[in-house]
Amino acid sequence: MSVAPRTPPAKRDWSWRSQAFRGLLYQIIAVVIIGGVAWWLATNTAENMRVRGIKSGFDFLTQPAGFDIGESLSKFDSNDPYWKAFLIGVSNTLRVAILGIILTTILGTLIGVGRFSRNGLVRGLCQAYVELFRNVPVLLQLLMWYLLFTEFLPDVTEAKRIGDIYLSKGGITFPKPIWETGHLFGVAGLLAGCVVAWFYRRWARSKFEATGQVRSMFWVPVAIVFALGVLGWLVGGAPSQFAVPAKGEFAVEGGGALTPEFMAVLLGLTLYTAAFVAEVVRSGISSVARGQSEAAQALGLSKGQEMQQVLLPQALRVIIPPMTNQFLNLTKNSSLAVAIGYPDVVSISNTALNQTGRAVECIALIMLVYLTTSLLTSFFMNWYNAKSAIKER
Amino acid sequence: MAETIIFQSLPARPAPVNTEGLVPWVKNNLFANWQSTLTTLIVGGLLLFYIPQFINWAVLTATTVPNADACRAEGVGACWGVITEKYRLIIFGRYPFEEQWRPLVATILMVALLVMSCTRMFWKKWLVAVWIVVLAAFFILMYGGMFGLTEVQTDRWGGLPLTIMLATLSIVLCFPIAICVALGRRSNLPAIRTFCTIYVELIRGVPLISVLFMASFMFPLFMPAGVTIDVLIRVLVGVTLFAAAYMAEVIRGGLQAMPKGQAEAAASLGLSYWQTQFKIILPQALAMVVPGIMNNFIGLFKDTSLVYIVSLYELTGSLGLALNSDADWRPYKLEGYLFIVAIYFAFCFAMSRYSLWIEKQVNKSKLR
Amino acid sequence: MFKTGTKIVLSSLVAAGALASIPAHAGKTLDAIKARGQVVCGVNTGLAGFSQADSAGNWTGLDADVCKAIAAATLGDANKIKWVPLNAQQRFAALQSGEIDVLSRNTTFSLTRDASLGLHITTPTYYDGQGFMVTTKSKIKDAKQLKGQTVCVQSGTTTEKNLTDFSKANGLNIKPVVFEKVEAATGAYFSGRCVAYTTDASGLASVRNKEAKNPDEHVILPQLISKEPLGPMVRRGDDEWFAIVKWVVYGLLEAEEYGVTQANVDQMKSSTDPVVQRLLGTTEDTGKLLGLDKEWMARAIKASGNYGEIFERNVGPKSALKLPRGANNLWNKGGLMYAYPIR
Repeated sequence: MSVAPRTPPAKRDWSWRSQAFRGLLYQIIAVVIIGGVAWWLATNTAENMRVRGIKSGFDFLTQPAGFDIGESLSKFDSNDPYWKAFLIGVSNTLRVAILGIILTTILGTLIGVGRFSRNGLVRGLCQAYVELFRNVPVLLQLLMWYLLFTEFLPDVTEAKRIGDIYLSKGGITFPKPIWETGHLFGVAGLLAGCVVAWFYRRWARSKFEATGQVRSMFWVPVAIVFALGVLGWLVGGAPSQFAVPAKGEFAVEGGGALTPEFMAVLLGLTLYTAAFVAEVVRSGISSVARGQSEAAQALGLSKGQEMQQVLLPQALRVIIPPMTNQFLNLTKNSSLAVAIGYPDVVSISNTALNQTGRAVECIALIMLVYLTTSLLTSFFMNWYNAKSAIKER
Repeated sequence: MAETIIFQSLPARPAPVNTEGLVPWVKNNLFANWQSTLTTLIVGGLLLFYIPQFINWAVLTATTVPNADACRAEGVGACWGVITEKYRLIIFGRYPFEEQWRPLVATILMVALLVMSCTRMFWKKWLVAVWIVVLAAFFILMYGGMFGLTEVQTDRWGGLPLTIMLATLSIVLCFPIAICVALGRRSNLPAIRTFCTIYVELIRGVPLISVLFMASFMFPLFMPAGVTIDVLIRVLVGVTLFAAAYMAEVIRGGLQAMPKGQAEAAASLGLSYWQTQFKIILPQALAMVVPGIMNNFIGLFKDTSLVYIVSLYELTGSLGLALNSDADWRPYKLEGYLFIVAIYFAFCFAMSRYSLWIEKQVNKSKLR
Repeated sequence: MFKTGTKIVLSSLVAAGALASIPAHAGKTLDAIKARGQVVCGVNTGLAGFSQADSAGNWTGLDADVCKAIAAATLGDANKIKWVPLNAQQRFAALQSGEIDVLSRNTTFSLTRDASLGLHITTPTYYDGQGFMVTTKSKIKDAKQLKGQTVCVQSGTTTEKNLTDFSKANGLNIKPVVFEKVEAATGAYFSGRCVAYTTDASGLASVRNKEAKNPDEHVILPQLISKEPLGPMVRRGDDEWFAIVKWVVYGLLEAEEYGVTQANVDQMKSSTDPVVQRLLGTTEDTGKLLGLDKEWMARAIKASGNYGEIFERNVGPKSALKLPRGANNLWNKGGLMYAYPIR
């Protein structure tokens, strides 16, 4: 007698209770609810706009703006169209953001490193700085800086003079080099310097990997860039004409100027974000295991090499993602400039919103500007995050 | 003949260098080498120069008389009179003057509740009930309209109670949303994952004030005609949704750090998805990201100051309300700012200290 | 399935909304107001003489009084108002979205605002023009001396554009410093950040007399650079409510023209003048045509006084603002205020 081979029960590849089906069901429910809500909001808006005869659309962007902008990097005339006004706003936002990011990185790194100082006073000061600045809302800090600039500096007519620099409620006025074609050579020199420095670094790295000889990877490139820049400037005839400000009847005229609005935004954002950057740097450095630094010393690496070759590369892995976040925060916080009259993109959009009444469009534009910046950074961060994450099966 | 060994005492070794106490600390930390000494001298000199000046301004020559003329007198430093004169307007905003005991009691209740929730002793089931009771009491006290309290519309609410209410409610409300979104972003279901990702990236990509702009004056356009929602609630929803996106990312960080084996072990024990998440994954993941969560709370508390831009008179706004239109006191705005800086600082600093403590509590298991 | 389901939900919602809010005769807004028992009035966050709240939350000022008159006419009680203080950016969105019923916030009437915002301008309650305020110390006597100067201005106003036009027309290259909030703009001016502050002349008077430490330290330059008719605005799509707001303002003007005041409104009910009789609803029921009762104007006058009284009380020569009646006088006294007949 033979037992018939038992066949496994027929595999049911589908069931009402299967996980796959439930998953599908949940998703359909989610899509229906979210889609329904979105559709409902959209029809409401469209209906409201239709009933009240609110004009909509982005066609207003090509209309002349009709208002002036207090400070702008490029010339803006009130007859220019709205889209140009928006661009000026974006450029003002980026100006504050980029300068702020540079300054806050420097200041924050100094303070973060300062918390490891051997000097107790420096350590204490750095900690006090961090605690004080990160525990007070940034809006309040901006308002306070602006108050200090406008309330306690001398009037424009009694501007304080330090050399050729004037300080007053109108801001800082300083001598500005007059742009000549000679400067173009200087810029070209700088660019050439960057290229040469890049090749130098590549060469130095390959040499290091082949022979173990260590060459400076930082100071020499900096010197190359600087030297070529100066060389270009000399070739261009060393133009050194300055527009020197002078006191006029009601104001300091001529030269370059930084308005108190700009300075308050820049200072407030920098000081606030620096406290966070300092914490990021501190935790980054302290995350590197102690043994690493001991091992580097045992190998006979100098203090500088230890920092450059061993500690920093490991600390940076921890530092960069939160640092990028801080830079993003700084950029987004620059929207608070609207509270103190700096014409950033939010301020310009608000003006446009009021002149045209296109509320939805203008707010959408604000969001688009910030979203683009943020998403670009976010993509980079996710890529980096995936790269640096600890690999699992 | 045996040699006699004569006992010779060795010279006493020098006492070990003292590493405890004030003098060695000073030596090690302030004058360890010439760089350190130089730094100490420069920094110490600056501190010695500026701190007395500041104390002189803020304390010694300051006046607390609520009289603007006294502040304008020669040689008077800080004019704290502006606080003694205006503190009720600054702290309670436009809330009716005779009724201001109500926000006072409500705020005290709320702060007590928060302190209680932060204390281990009270981490019991009934704390939820206490929360519900206190929140109800808060709104009854603030809004009135029952128990013989006169009704006070939300547009009169302001100052510290508003700040605390916005912060507390948005913290509490954003947490469950954040957990769902964080789980959703790691879900296997593509549609849900996509929605959660879009939500998080969209919100994190824009500044809070644009969300507040939408909430405060565009949102009604999205509603059918005739439906109006109180601006306070709209702003609260805006802040909550904003905070939830950030919180979701922090929680997702914790989820990501969980070893896969935990979920697999739970699955092999036959736990369902939700059981796995709530009994195994989330408790560990949340414990891992406590500092991040607390940082978010602190950030949220500070961010409530932004509602000033959409004309709600929380602490920052009520200061402007109190001082901007009063010519006598406007010059002493700096003192006013310092006053609310102190309030914000007290709250945020307390939270950050608490965050350190709770971090230690959570990590106790790892320190065995 | 999704579509039909949502459609059913939506159409039932729409139906419910329609049932609840569109009765046969009067407008939706008026019914909504009656249902909630409050007129929601958008006002300035604080402009002395026009709309300003005291510490007890009572609003006073010309714009506020117009709201009180409207509330008295529609609901019979001038206190049944929910005040929504708005800054310049928020005001139109708040009105468009239905958050407020009427915007009475020293708002300039202009073509763009009338034609593209989904709003209706009603009728001016104050004829104004834009001016400049400078410090006495600056010794500026003429707006054309502002060449290359900084001028503080509030964003989202017609003022901002007028300033640009003026600067351009005269080649002055004025640098505007634009603030979101009026307090921030005046604060910056008082701190000395700007050489001048510009807004409607009435606003300047308000700021100078109520907010300056010493009004004598500031002068308002004589020339006005624009026409600024200020008045209440309403949302489009509800003609009945538009008519009510407009005719309440006309009623206040008519009351002044015919000598009906807050004090004598009850005696005047027995007046034999047919115009007064119609105004106060003793003979013809003028209110009925607007969807109101016949006492509507009598209550409005009793609540706020006639236009002349409102003006005198809030901004007139005897008030803190000390503004002359000027263009805001009645048409028969050399001004521009001309009410359409209530009949």
